[in-house]
Amino acid sequence: MSESAPVRGVVVGHGGLAEGLVDAVRQITGADGDMISAVSNRGLGPEALRERLEAALGAGPALVFVDLSMGSCGMAARRIARERPDTAVLFGVNLPQLLDFVTHRDLSLQEIVARALERGRSAICCDDEPDGAHADRSAPDR
Amino acid sequence: MPIVLHRIDERLIHGQVVLGWGAELEPDRYIIVDDSVADTPWEQELYAVGVPGGRSVEFHTVEDARRLHERWQADAARTVLLTKMPDGMRALAAAGALRGVDVNVGGIHHAAGREMVLPYVFLGPRERADLRGLAEAGAVVTARDVPAARPISLARLLDG
Repeated sequence: MSESAPVRGVVVGHGGLAEGLVDAVRQITGADGDMISAVSNRGLGPEALRERLEAALGAGPALVFVDLSMGSCGMAARRIARERPDTAVLFGVNLPQLLDFVTHRDLSLQEIVARALERGRSAICCDDEPDGAHADRSAPDR
Repeated sequence: MPIVLHRIDERLIHGQVVLGWGAELEPDRYIIVDDSVADTPWEQELYAVGVPGGRSVEFHTVEDARRLHERWQADAARTVLLTKMPDGMRALAAAGALRGVDVNVGGIHHAAGREMVLPYVFLGPRERADLRGLAEAGAVVTARDVPAARPISLARLLDG
């Protein structure tokens, strides 16, 4: 558990991606705007995007979930993180990662980052994988 | 191989440039012409992260670019040259270096004093003057954010 304020999450992405992801998180978990919010780069230049993202981050520890490492969203997040020591940035956001985040915001930022990386990566899977993450439902040997 | 794209885009290296135009033009090298970025190593690192593997990126002042442009045009490397704003490209064009060359306006976004001309192009008096000056220096200026879009003429931009 962290003794500081819960970590705030901001998803930033191209087009309507961030709003869509955050809408899905809210629909599934009931998370509110203090927990997680969305910023789109639509129609915004670098400075305007940076200002929009900074406003969404507010004060206190924050984690920025970015869609693409390259590009204007990633650039804006990296620029802000340079100046905010309590802000971390993750790239390649996905829904399972966000769902896990909103239920573990009271961990430290460092713990949340490690957890989000693991959850985000493990969420990408295929039913046909021999070592898939699903439970083994085959009949035991008799 | 000449420079395959001269582009004005406030965001410089980003998705449309690297993925959209990158897939179309298959550049070997990105050249960013911007006095501020050329003087700021940490900003260069940020932009370099966005360049796909196997491609190179260089950062130059406008003055250096004016000196090197002819060499880049004759170089074997397929090159995308980027400036943030029209003034950078206009300065590059001043000595006739861009006579007959296509210049792509890919992104000038909203800011105080600028009005929307296209969803991705906002122009104020300064941007309009620089684009006009660019055309007067012989460049063929059109707006197009991604390769699949239809080019919009400078006349239409300035009428907007």
